[in-house]
Order: sequence, then C-alpha cells, then structure tokens
Amino acid sequence: MTGLYIHIPFCLQKCPYCDFYSIPYNDSTAYGYADAVIRNVERYNERYDTVYFGGGTPSAAWWDVCRIMAKLRFSDDAEITVEANPNTLTKESLLSMKNCGINRISIGAQSFSNGELNALGRSHTSEDASNSIKFAYESGFHNISVDLMLGIPNQSPDSVRRSIKILSALNVTHVSAYMLKVEPNTPLAYSGKKLPDENLTAQIYLAAVEALESYGFNQYEISNFAKKGFECRHNLKYWKSLEYLGIGAGAHSFYDNKRFFVAPDVKAFMKSSLQEEVITGKGGVSFEDYAMLKLRLVEGLTFAECEYFGVSKAEILKRCKLVPTNDLHITDKAVSMTAEGFLVSNRVIVELTSGLSLQK
Amino acid sequence: MLSYPENIRNFCIVAHIDHGKSTLADRLLELTQTVALRDMEEQLLDNMDLERERGITIKARAVRMSYKSESGEDYIFNLIDTPGHVDFGYEVSRSLNACEGAVLIVDASQGIEAQTLANAYLAVESNLEIVPVINKIDLPAADPQMCKDEIENVIGIPAEDAPCISAKNGVNIGAVLERVIELVPSPDGDVDSPFKALIFDSFYDLYKGVIIYVRVKTGKIAFGEKIKMMASGAQFQITELGFMGATGLVPAQELKAGEVGYIAASIKSIGDTQVGDTVTSVAAPALEPLPGYRPVNPMVFSGIYPADGSKYNDLKEALEKLRLNDAALTFEAETSNALGFGFRCGFLGLLHMEIIEERLEREYNLDLITTAPSVVYEIELTNGKKITIDNPANYPDPAEISQAFEPMTDAHIITPSDYIGAIMEISQERRGIFKDMKYLDEKRVDLHYILPLNEIVYDFFDLLKSKTRGYASFDYEICGFEPSKLVKLDVLLNGETVDALSFIVHTEKAYTRGRKIAEKLKDNIPRQLFEVPIQAAIGGKIIARETVRAMRKDVLAKCYGGDITRKKKLLEKQKEGKKKMRQLGSVEVPPEAFMAVLKLDT
Repeated sequence: MTGLYIHIPFCLQKCPYCDFYSIPYNDSTAYGYADAVIRNVERYNERYDTVYFGGGTPSAAWWDVCRIMAKLRFSDDAEITVEANPNTLTKESLLSMKNCGINRISIGAQSFSNGELNALGRSHTSEDASNSIKFAYESGFHNISVDLMLGIPNQSPDSVRRSIKILSALNVTHVSAYMLKVEPNTPLAYSGKKLPDENLTAQIYLAAVEALESYGFNQYEISNFAKKGFECRHNLKYWKSLEYLGIGAGAHSFYDNKRFFVAPDVKAFMKSSLQEEVITGKGGVSFEDYAMLKLRLVEGLTFAECEYFGVSKAEILKRCKLVPTNDLHITDKAVSMTAEGFLVSNRVIVELTSGLSLQK
Repeated sequence: MLSYPENIRNFCIVAHIDHGKSTLADRLLELTQTVALRDMEEQLLDNMDLERERGITIKARAVRMSYKSESGEDYIFNLIDTPGHVDFGYEVSRSLNACEGAVLIVDASQGIEAQTLANAYLAVESNLEIVPVINKIDLPAADPQMCKDEIENVIGIPAEDAPCISAKNGVNIGAVLERVIELVPSPDGDVDSPFKALIFDSFYDLYKGVIIYVRVKTGKIAFGEKIKMMASGAQFQITELGFMGATGLVPAQELKAGEVGYIAASIKSIGDTQVGDTVTSVAAPALEPLPGYRPVNPMVFSGIYPADGSKYNDLKEALEKLRLNDAALTFEAETSNALGFGFRCGFLGLLHMEIIEERLEREYNLDLITTAPSVVYEIELTNGKKITIDNPANYPDPAEISQAFEPMTDAHIITPSDYIGAIMEISQERRGIFKDMKYLDEKRVDLHYILPLNEIVYDFFDLLKSKTRGYASFDYEICGFEPSKLVKLDVLLNGETVDALSFIVHTEKAYTRGRKIAEKLKDNIPRQLFEVPIQAAIGGKIIARETVRAMRKDVLAKCYGGDITRKKKLLEKQKEGKKKMRQLGSVEVPPEAFMAVLKLDT
C-alpha cells in the first residue's frame, strides 16, 4: 500500500539552522492551504497504510491537520504520524489529533540540555520537552518519537548521554538523532558559533549510538533508533524505495514509478486546483538510488537485491575492498555499514555504487 | 624605378617584451600601405590569439613592403619579425642571419631590459647593423635621453640620433625607415653563383604542404626547378615561390640573391625543412652549406597526459598538428602508473613548454595533467657509457653512476638596484655562481650569474617577479654541462612510488625539497576513507613523511520527507569529483596535486 506524506510548511518561528521550506504560521493561510491539500487528497483517492504530517510544524496547524485527516482513507492498522514542537502541544491539540486518528507523534525536542537548546535558538526548554512528552502519553499517544540533534554548539559525548538518559525515563518508543549540518545562508552559519569539529562530532555520534542501544533503542538507520516493533513504517518506505505520495508545497513523491516534487511555493500551491508536479529522473529505480537508500539501513543491501539490478556479488565485494574493514559488516547475504561506516556513509556509498547506473 | 639590389633592405626588429615591437611593425605596414587601412588589425604579424594576448611573438614571420623614401627613391623592405624570447634563441639567430640590420627598440620609460641586451648581443654577433629606436615617448615617465645614454654605455653603439617615436600614436614612424635606409647596408651576394638560401622559418599549409621562408644568399631560383635541403638531403620540385605580402603570399617567377621569399614544393614533413638549413638547386648545387646550422635540441621535458584517459588519441593528434609548425617540439608515447598513457614532450625552454600546453588546452580543448618539468642530464656510467636522461623514471641506479652532469645557463638579471640583495639571495639559494655585476645607470644593474637550468625550470621567474615586484627582467641561455651531485627523489603514497612525482634534484636540496613536496601533497590530497601516508625517499631511504588523516565524518544525516534529491546531488557531486581523481592503488589524487608540486616555493 502507498504511504502519504503531507507537507505543512508553517512554523511559529524559524529556527536559525533550518534551510527547509517554511513560512510563518497564520490562521487564514493555514486554512486555505489545508483546503488545497484536501483537493489533492480527493483527487488521488488512495487508501494509505502510513501517513506522515511533516513540516514546518504541523502541530502548529493542528486544527487544519484534523480537517485533512477527516478526508483521508487509511487502513485499520495504519501508522499516522504528526510532527510537533514541544511548545505547540496543549491538552486540546493533543486530544483533537489523537481523536481524529493520529497514533504517532514525533516531538522535536532536539536536546535535554538548556544550554544546547539555547545555542540552537530553540524556543523551548528541556522541561518543556519533557512535559510535552508526558502530555502526549497521557493524551493517548503511545508511540512517541523524539528528535535529537547531534553536533550542536556546546555539546559533548557526556552531554548527549545525559539527554538520552532523560528521554529514556519517559515513555519514548523511537528516537531520530540527526547530525546538525550547517547550511550556508542560515543565521547559524553567520552566527560565528563554535561547533564541535569533525572529530568531536564523530565521538558524539558514536556516544549517542551506544547510549541509545543501552536503553533498548536499536539502531535501524543512520539516524534512527527504535524500541522493538516501533520502527517508523513510513520512513522505511523511503529507504526501501517503496511508494509514497507527497502532497503540499515542497513535498516529494515516489509514486506510480516516478519521482516528482511540488515547488516549495505556498501561494502557487494554494492557487492551483491540483498541485503541479515536477518529474525528476527517468522513472523506475536505479541501482545507485536503491543502494544509496538501502545502505542507510542497518540491515544494509543484500546481494540478492544487487543481482536483481544486474550487479554481481563479486563486483560489490571487490568494491568493499576500497572501504576500511571496520566501516562495513559483510555477511553471506548482505553488506551493511557499522556505526563507524555510517559516519562516512557518503563516501562509502560512492565507493560501492559509483558508475553502476543500472535501471529497473 | 627600383635598383636591385641597392634599394633592398632586409631587417628585423628586436626588443624586450612589451617594448612595442609588434606595434611598430603594424605602423610600418600602415605607412608603406602594405596593408590597406581597412584591413588593419592590431599586431598583424602576431596572428596567433596567444601571441596577441600575451604580447609575445612565438613564430618568426616576414613581410615585404614598398616605400618611397624622402629622397624620392623606391625601396623594398623585408621585415622579419622574430620571437623575442630566449627559448627561441636559435630561431632568432637564424632570423637575424637573414638580415643585414636590426631595429633595436627601447621603451623610453623603462630603458634597457634583459631581453634588449640578449637580442642586441645576438644581433651584434650576427654582424648586423643596429638601428636604435626609442619608443613610447608619449608616456609621462619617458626619458629618451636616459635611454640613449644607456644604449651607448651598455651596448656600445651610437644612439644620439636614434629616432624618438610613439608607435602607439604613430609619431615619427617615417624616421625609422629613413634610418634603416641610411644605416642598414643593401644585401650583397653574387646572383650568378650557385643558389644558396637560408631557411629561417617554415609552416604547414594544408594544400601546399610545408612552405619555407628563405633568405637567398647567392644565385637565383625559379618556378619549376628542383631544390635540395643540404642537411637532410631531401629533394623537391618547386610548385610555387614568391614574396610575403602582409595578408598573404604573393607568387612570383623567381627569387634572387638578397631577396626574402617563400618556396612551396609539396614538402610533406616539416622535419625535412629545419630552420637553419641551406637550400640549394639540384641542377647547380652549392658545395658548402651556409654556416651555423645545427639541429635544435629540446632542453626541458615534461610528461603531458590527458586528464581524461579516453582523450589520449585526441592529444596525440593535437601534438602531431602542432609539430607540423613547430619542428622544435618533440614527443614520444610514455606510460605512467599514476597517469596512464601520455607523452614525454621536449621543449626548447619554459616559455615554449607553457605555450604548447596552453595551445593544447585552448586550441584543442584538452584538459591536461603535466608532470614537473625535468631538464636533460648527462650521466657517465661506471661501465664507461655516457647516457642522457630526460625522464626521472629512467634515472639509473646510483651504484651505476660514475659522474652526473647537469645543464647550466648563462643568465642576466636586470633590476633596479634596490633589489640586488633579494636577487643575490635567491640566486645563491638556487646554486647560482655570481659572475659580475654592471651598473646600467645609477639605479639599474645587470647581474650576471651562472645558474643550473634545473633550478630555474620550476618557478625561478615567478619568484624573481614577486621578490622585485615585477621590476626585474631575466634572460638566459644554455652554456653547457657541469659535473653535479644529483639524486632521484621519489614520492610514495601509501607505500607505493608514484612515478609521475619523481624528480631529479641536487643532493644538497634533496631534504628540503622532499619535505616541501610532502607538505604540499598533504595540502592537496583530500581526506579519504583510509589514512594516506606520504613519504619522500631517496633510494630506499625515507627523508620526509606526512599523513593525510582518514576522514572522520561525511554523512547526510537526514533524508527529509522522502526528498532524496539533496542526497543524490551530494553523491553526484562526489562521484564527479571522484572521476577527476587519479586512482593510485587505493589513494585518490586530484590532478592539482601534480601541478602543486611544481611550485614549491610560492
């Protein structure tokens, strides 16, 4: 079945490190935007087994999220996620979202250290984050994901361990731990804030992986960790090159064997009766794309999958020699990356796939 | 009526770079109406883009002009434009031998420079009458009197009556021609003797084959006759001959003693028509060739490789085409474990090398990787044999060497006296032997050094320019081989020797060079998945070591909302970068690394 991604590009406040598409929230724009989403939802008229409201800050537009939910068709066991910021969650918004069928919430805590949150320019505190997780659980969300950020100013392996210890005591089922990448032309890039260097960031990442594993969050992707059975089914679709439809300004899709996206332009999206989709690539799946995404997973790339694309096991094994042995885990059936390997995954992927542009 | 040969003047113009040689040539063409004004293009004789841009003449050229003098007589002028640079010194000396006089231009604001002197000496050696001309009198800093004094004091020729002109503004150009008539003798040479002509240039024409430019010394030759090249012995039948017009060749019936002209004879190979060779007629051959011919030997060698290995054949074709017009360029195929298939190319000097590389890149659209230039070494082996080495890869085992010899240059550096100290320091550092120092005037000095060619082949000129803020000028000529203590320095990446990075260096310099090259490579080789040890070694002995640490982090953490385009773009970029890299074992080396080591001191 298809997954559905709905992009809600509104934020109460832009974070200084963010270069994703978002605009300031206001009631009437959000209302009109939701109408446009609904028009598109009705056109596709699919049934979904995963739905993901991403942003921006969908929880800031929770009322409109609920309006969209009312128009969606989904399977009984569907995983339906909404992204939230700690300071947008109220009893009212949580209960409304829960009641309209949303069963998973992803909370952008980023850190449980106020010094780090401050340095990141987040508008909430560590206590706000903890409280929002508690409220969400009390409101009936029993599948709660928390975002952590790694490599932020003032961070150390110890401080990240402390954050993880705090969240492990709450009812959290899933953690996404992303390494901060300073994008050019963001306020953070201009702030002159001292970031941990390459080495320290690597240590922070390895410390996070170890700490999360010790609290029962198993790594299943470069940046994702879950209690058993709580892996994000929607995101897995991205990494397994399965179908997902994206609706909204700036949303991306892999649907009907084509990759396409909608221009990140709220006004244009709202004006058009149906979203204008820009196709990228040749259609189908190329080995390079498939491998690039699959190698993000701890399970890695199986040789059977390679052979499906016409790439022999011998070819992959030959290329594995170009990568240090402690970056890879090679079994009879598959090649995958270790935590050390994930740290340099861009390069590893290039070594393993470069020049193998085979299409299926 | 033209009286032959009394009213013929064969002359060339010599000058330091940028002193206005080509601009004066243009004005002369205009004045004699050899070129209609509407066809006038800046620097007509420099018709390669590269020549116009860099303000240098690479190929010799000639043009014939008619002029009615102030006294009302008709004259024929043959102006032979010569390359100004020492790399082409041999061609220059051949061109000079085709003339009876040389116009020596001196920039009124700068005075005598290194090439002024080198060219003036060459002209004097060739027994040419020198016609000094002071150019650029329009410049605010012009000091014609200072120039005249310098010419008299330094070169030792009278200059008080030298015409003061502005070639740029067309001021006083006629005076130059009048002085040429007055000072330069008409050619002599018996028109009834056997035909002898000096080849001073040649170029390849797609339809006519090689066309040679000649100065007839004695006798005459006509259309249809058979000619012979005295050095190569090759014979040809003349299909066309004539004179050089400014915008094209003008066929004629015959060429006689004293004249300058061209001959086409369906000549296929430029190798048969070497500059300096003598042409004679088959019917009535001369017994002795004109003196002074020698084959040109390249002195500087470098490996040239296509950045994209699949362009090997394109490179080969391009080199073959360039050689059609450049007999001094040599190349042979070579293979490098680091760079793949390419060519070992020989050049007359640094400028020649730069020009060839630039022409390959511009005119043939090739991306090149070039190895550090090497000079030619002579090695006496313990078994008594003497070999020459132009490629560090072929350097013999030290145990087999009884004595190595390296080429030396006789170098002049002309500089404002403020920089004497700095220049002495760098010359010393480059193993220069100080010969003497002459004051040209109160402020400027001619420093005379013997410098090893291998010390100036890399970056000496750049260094000189930076130490003297561009005020010093530099010129050199090869003056033979001297015994030397040399070693071959190897560079190892990840424990493996990279042949393209090896070079030959003086023993005393080996440690410093080894250290610098290792440092430079460290800066130029990006971090990779593995740690990359860089070592410099002499024989088996490691003399320097650096390490490129393994990359620690290169990850795109987020694949947001199913947007894989960012990640794809990033990986595409990395793959593109990887394609450009040279894979040496498990180490990836960017092409810039091969270039960077060329410039170790800057």
